[in-house]
This record gives sequence, structure tokens and C-alpha cells, in this order.
Amino acid sequence: MTAAPPTRSAAARLLPMIAGRIASSLLTLFLVSVVIFVASSLLPGDAAQELLGQSATPAQIAALRHEMGLDQPGPVRFVHWLGALLHGDPGVSFVANMPVSDIIANRLPNSLLLAAITALISIVLALTIGIASAINRGGRIDSALNIATLSLVAIPEFLIATLAVLAFSVKLLWLPSISLVTPETGWAETLRALALPVLSLTCVVVAQMARMTRAAVADQLDRPYVEMARLKGVPFGRIVLFHVMPNAIGPVINAMALSLSYLMGGALVVETIFNYPGLASLMVNAVTSRDMPLLQSCAMIFCATYLALMLVADIVAILANPRLRA
Amino acid sequence: MTVELAPPPATGPSDASAAAVEVRGLSITVAQPDGTRRAIVENISFAVPRGEVLALIGESGSGKTTIALALMGFSRFGATIAADCLRVGDMDIAAMGQSALRGVRGSRIAYIAQSAAAAFNPSRTILSQVIEPLLVHGLAGREEARARAVALFRSLALPSPETIGDRYPHQVSGGQLQRLMAAMALITGPELVILDEPTTALDVTTQVEVLRAFKAAIAESGATAVYVSHDLAVVTQVSEHIVVLQNGRMVEQGDSARILTAPQSEYTRTLLAAARPAIRPTADAALDKVLTVDSIHAGYGRIVRGMPATPILADVGFTVRRGSTLGVIGESGSGKSTLARVIAGLLPAASGEVLLEGQPLPRAMAQRSREQLRRIQLVFQNADTALNPAQTVRDIIARPLAFYHGLKGAAAHARVDELLDLIRLPRALADRRSTELSGGQKQRVNLARALAAEPDVLLCDEVTSALDTVVGAAILDLIDELRRELGIATVFISHDISTVRAFCDEILVLYAGRAVERCPKAAFDGHSHHPYTRLLIDSVPDMDPTWLATRAAAAGPALAVSAIAPELCRFLPRCPVAIGGLCDSNPPPLHVDDGRAILCHRAGGPGDASR
Repeated sequence: MTAAPPTRSAAARLLPMIAGRIASSLLTLFLVSVVIFVASSLLPGDAAQELLGQSATPAQIAALRHEMGLDQPGPVRFVHWLGALLHGDPGVSFVANMPVSDIIANRLPNSLLLAAITALISIVLALTIGIASAINRGGRIDSALNIATLSLVAIPEFLIATLAVLAFSVKLLWLPSISLVTPETGWAETLRALALPVLSLTCVVVAQMARMTRAAVADQLDRPYVEMARLKGVPFGRIVLFHVMPNAIGPVINAMALSLSYLMGGALVVETIFNYPGLASLMVNAVTSRDMPLLQSCAMIFCATYLALMLVADIVAILANPRLRA
Repeated sequence: MTVELAPPPATGPSDASAAAVEVRGLSITVAQPDGTRRAIVENISFAVPRGEVLALIGESGSGKTTIALALMGFSRFGATIAADCLRVGDMDIAAMGQSALRGVRGSRIAYIAQSAAAAFNPSRTILSQVIEPLLVHGLAGREEARARAVALFRSLALPSPETIGDRYPHQVSGGQLQRLMAAMALITGPELVILDEPTTALDVTTQVEVLRAFKAAIAESGATAVYVSHDLAVVTQVSEHIVVLQNGRMVEQGDSARILTAPQSEYTRTLLAAARPAIRPTADAALDKVLTVDSIHAGYGRIVRGMPATPILADVGFTVRRGSTLGVIGESGSGKSTLARVIAGLLPAASGEVLLEGQPLPRAMAQRSREQLRRIQLVFQNADTALNPAQTVRDIIARPLAFYHGLKGAAAHARVDELLDLIRLPRALADRRSTELSGGQKQRVNLARALAAEPDVLLCDEVTSALDTVVGAAILDLIDELRRELGIATVFISHDISTVRAFCDEILVLYAGRAVERCPKAAFDGHSHHPYTRLLIDSVPDMDPTWLATRAAAAGPALAVSAIAPELCRFLPRCPVAIGGLCDSNPPPLHVDDGRAILCHRAGGPGDASR
């Protein structure tokens, strides 16, 4: 089988593939929006009832329901909501009586900052741990790293967070136990405030990522092309970086995307312990106060983040595979 | 088994110190779980004069690759290399440290692996891997390296040498990739090249060209070479000296010509005998046609109007009588295995019929009755993957007994023992897992599993390809005996025309999914053949050192055609005797004569050309 030269139509074959992935992500996002809308309307309780309290008369509640558009049939409300969302207007919070976009704009940067710093640190750490244990397979370093990562997976994050507070805030007095960040806080102060939440979250996600990296790299190290490279006299570091990693990157990125998607919605415990003003705690508040517009927007953000990460992983895997790329 | 080694003959390397490679008392040991060390290779001594080729010959497990890798100071699985002398040029390999060895590997000693498809990194371009030895050893800059690579590609007769390096390994053919690996090895101008079964994974027609290219390139570079192989005929073509190995010990060594004509050890004689398969008498088969395959079209993808999206087989038909054997040969990709899958119902045909004793079978396996399934059994090529490693031999064989015959308990137990006797395995093996068996034993179990169903038709798909010659010959003997005793009709699929010729009563040649020739064994010799059959026959190396040199380079295609219409002869783009104005415009006619059928314009006509 002799294929055509690689330059021809490489882009022509890649673009439809990538476009297909994007389209299916958008379709999934739409289906998710349906699920979110239906699920949130199934929640017991009623925002009007919740707002007006126990003493409200049925007439008052009906009037408020009408004002909030809650008396319209579900599909109509869904179309209105989705249409407004597409125009960048997620509605007005029932509880705070201010635009949902303003509330989220207040919190989203905090969550993104926390997620980004954690992602950066844990990716570097996971790659290092994964590669180090793969190339020392069966050795002492490998066993030590295995035990360490498995323990981290096993320990609940609230315990890690609490122990970290105990050690660094209570005993050593190095770091604040509460992470208060406002737009006025300086960079250095922000980083100090974030240190403990980042530490706790890193412990949660790094183990999974490191173990997947180890598996992918170890699998590639057994391939005959690695032995061939050694017999060509290629230094081992170069073999790992230039021969093994291009082949391992697809599964590694996939595992990382799965782990990192936890950083947005899954940070709830950490946000609560450190009183950090992020999106996850906002969403929990929205559930307890039946604040549907806010709840729906938060859920959409989490799902969109997840899908975006998966999309990135898919595209990287496509680009890393020469059978698809060239 | 170690025999007294003859002193090197006078024609051999007389002065070992002048040799480019000198090995004395080489032993390689691995640590056992109980702390002792076990020698996998012991007391190996040989020398190779500068610019000559030495072959290490042996079956799997003989230690030939282990010895070859030791010449680079490399061992697998943490084995330890020890030698009185392990010298390449002026380097004492045994005394060198890891970083010194790394500096030598790929620069002064180069390695060509068995499977280029596995040895090339699938994610990087070919050129980047070919020039890597020059770059990591600092022998040339990127531009100069590229120029050298292109020059080598050209001298190895690779197509479009300027651009082939920009492709990825999956974009070139197996034979090209193997030559590209030779370029990767020769690019630094090494003094020693180690070739580890470099043509074993190739089709026989490709092997000739690759061998020729290797031989010329090594001669041109002036390098000394060590050629590892199990195939005596191939080794005969390239090497001046042969070392015969068995179980990690040297059995015999000497000049190639001497080893071939006057082998001194029993083992070498066995190897030579196995390489020349004995012609078995034609079975006196009954007249009833057990299996009839009638103009099968099959392939993969959606079927539209009887044609699959990717057609593989086109209009293939034959009959097999009870107790006789049909041999199916062709290169990889010719549709041999697809044919077996269609007959077994694993891949339903798009059109055409499979008839068992005249009764048409449903095309798909799911629609066949249990009785119909029982009567056709498939033996897969690779027993390693066909046998469940978690089951014992008894479980594996008892499963079809319960499924087809309802045998359970003591009756099944007794029948398993009978079957083990039949395939000549000790009954004690029944409680082992398949992973504990040798390759030949596994293939026997694989065969017993099929025989347990008591089939009328046995489909053997390359059942000896993964085995050593001697072991494979024993399996062939067994199948031959069984079909005579049990009257089983056998379809024997193979890429090896000499095996098929020796073993089968009738031969079917497939090319690109078409049956280009069908011929009874009795009429095979001394008759004209389809040009493709001719090419297959001519490509099998003889045990004659001059064979490669005297065999004219395969004649190029007679007509320059790029794409051919599907109804024309598929072999046209490669055919050396194609007739302009006929072969490129009319579909090939089928000539039937005296039990033979040939799909060719040349056949039967006045020009009945190909000898």
C-alpha cells in the first residue's frame, strides 16, 4: 500500500473531522440544556413560594408567578430561556433580583483562576510523576510514587484540606485559612490566599492523571521502536521526549481532560472549607433557594467546560495521530 | 546437543586478529527467580573477516538474536553478557560502559530489525528517524544528513527518493519500509551491520528485491555483516560463513557452501531436510465433492447490488473432494484469509454460494444450524491468540465436545484423551494452560479443538507460518495423516508455494482477490502457468549460493498502466508478458484444460508464454 504524499489533502481530511467533533459537542450541549431545564423544573418547591414566604396568599403567589413567567408551559419557557441564553442573557436571579450574568461575572474569574493554577501545577506534576514511574517500572521510585498517588486518591479532599489548614495556618502560621479574594487584592496576596485550595485540589486530581500517564508511557516503552531507538544510540531522555511522548500524548490528554473537568464543579468542598467565592458554592446556594435562572446558568457553564475539555482532548488526539493527520 | 566443532576450514578466517569481529567464549545468562543464573547462550566463538557476511542460523529459542544483540553490548530482560573476547574492530565491547556503548550503537555498529513496521516510530516522519543516528552522534548537520539519506534512498532503489522521507511509516509498503530501515542503519557508514531476520516478514516476491538491495548496499558500504535468520535458503544468498545454533549452543560452523553440501551435524541435516519439503503422494480422494464454493464475491462495507463497498474477493470458485487438500496461495492482501472467513460464515459473502455436499449453506454464521457449523471448522494462524490463556487444554478441547456432541463428564474426559493421542500430545498436558505450551504444542491443541467437532471440512489458515520449519513440518505431517485417516477435506491457506506444492492435491492461486490459476498437483510441474504463479515460483530462493545472482531481476511490467478497470486482469500492472491492445482492453479469458484453469490471455493460445 503506497499512499499519496502527505501534503495533499491533509487539511482537507482533518477539517471535516474536527468540524464533526465540534458539531457533536454543540449537539451534546443542546441536549444537556434540555436535561438541565427539565431537571431544574422537577425540583420540588417554587421560587415564588420561596420568595414570599409562608404567609403569602395564593393570589400573591400567582401574581408573582405570572410576573416571573412561571405560569407558562414548559416548552415555551425553555425556548425563551435558550433564546435569551444564546443572546448572552441568562435572565434575572429570582433571589438577588439582579442579572444572573452580573452574579456569575463576580464568581467565574475566581473559579477560573483556581482551576487554571491547579491545572498548571497538576499537569506538570502528573507528567513528571507518570514518566518517572514508567521509566523506573518495578523499581523503588515506581513503588514509592505508586503508594503516594494511591494514598492521595484514597484520602477525601476535606481531610486533606483540613490537615493542610491545621499544618500551614494553625501551626506554622504561613498561610491564611480563609481564601478571601476581591478584585482589589494584589497578586502576591491572591497567590497566598489560593495556596491551600490549590494544594487540596491538586492532591485530588494529580493522582488519576499520573497513573494514566504512567500506563500510557509504560505501554509505549515496550514497543519495538523504543528498542530500535536505543540500538541507534539515542539518549534515553530523547527517546522518552521525542519517541515515546508523541505516541502517548493522545491517551494522556484524554485522561487529563477528564480529571481537570472536576476542577470547576467539583471544587465545592474546597470552596466551602476555605470560604472561597467560586461557582460551585454559588450553584449550591441557587439550588437551596430555588433560583432557577442562576442554577441553570451554572450547570450550563460546568457542562460547557467539560465538553470543551473533551473537545480539546479529541482534537489533540487527532492531531497527534499521523494516520489521521497525514 | 553439542557436537565437537570442526576446526575452521582453511578457507575460513585464518588470522582471527585480522577479523573485523571476534567472539570467543561468549555466554549470556539471566537471573532465575531462585537467585541462580541460567545460561541462555553458552560458549559461542566465531570470527568474521572484514567486509564479509556471517549468518547465525537457528530456530526460535536458539539464541541467535541474543548473540547478535550482544555484539552491540545490548541484552534484553536484564541478561548478563560475559565473554573471553567480544571484539568489534578495535573495540572491546564487553569492557565498555553504557555511555560508551551508546556512542557506538547506531554509529559504528548498526542494527536492522525483523519488522520495520514495528521498529519505525509511527508518529514521526521516516526521514527524521533515518537521519537520527547522524544527529545524535553529532556526525552531520541536518542538511548534510538529509542529503546523505536521499542518496541512500536512491541507491536502495526506493521510489521518489527526494520526498519518500517526508512520509510516515504507514504510508509506504512493507518492502519499502524494510529498505528504509537499511538506509537508517547504513547512513553512518558503520563497520558492522547486524541484520535480524530482515526479510522474514515480507512476501516472497518482495523478499527477492529487498535481499538484492541489502546485498548491494552492504557490499558498497564495505561493512562487515552478521545476518540472523532461520531460513537457510535466504542465508545461502547473502553469507560467506554460517554458524548453526541450537538451544543457545553452537552446533556447527563453517563456509556456507560446505555447510550446505556437507553438513556434519545431525541437526544441520534436519534443518536442511525441513527446508526442502518432501512431496507427499496425492490422496486417493473419494469422488464426492464435500465443499463447493461457487463464484463468491465478498468484501467489507455496505453491500449494494451484490457488491460490497470494499470488494476483496471477486468470482472465486472451486470444489474440494472428501479426503483431498486444496492449497490456496497468494501474497498478503490477496484475500486468502477472507476466503476462509467467507466459507466459515464469519464474513457473509455478498453473492455466490458455499455448498456442503451439494446443499447451499446460509451465508452468515448466525443463520447456520449447529450441525452445519460443526461440519466446517477453522484453524487460525496464530494459536497464541486463538487459544484462551485462562483455560486449560482440557477446557479448550472439551468445549466443542459439549457444544456439538453434548459430551460431558467422563465421556468428554475420555474423548479429550483420545484427541490428545490423535494429535500426539501427552495426556498429561491436558491440565496445563495453553500459555505453558511451546508454539508447536499450541498449534496441535488448536488443531485438536477443530477436530473435536469431527468436521467434514478443515480450513487451515497459515497454520505453520508462525512456527519453526522443523516444527511446522511435523504439523503438516499430522494434518496430512489425519485427513487421509479421517477423510477430511482440507483447505490449506499459505503464502509459501513450496509447502503448498508438496502438501496439497490441488492448488488455487489468488491474486488481488481473483483466482488466477487452479491446477492439480500432478499437472503443476512441466506445464505453463499464469505469469503471477510463475513469479511466485521463481521468487522462492534455492539452496544455491548463486541463485540470487543468476536470477535476473524480475522483468518489469510489459505495459505501463497506472489504473486498471476492475474487469481487466488485476496482474496487468506487474505482468512482464502482458500483450498491448489485448490485456489492457479485454477482460482475461478463463482457459480450462485437463483439470487446470488459468485466467490469462496468454494461456492456451499459441504464445502460451510463461514457460
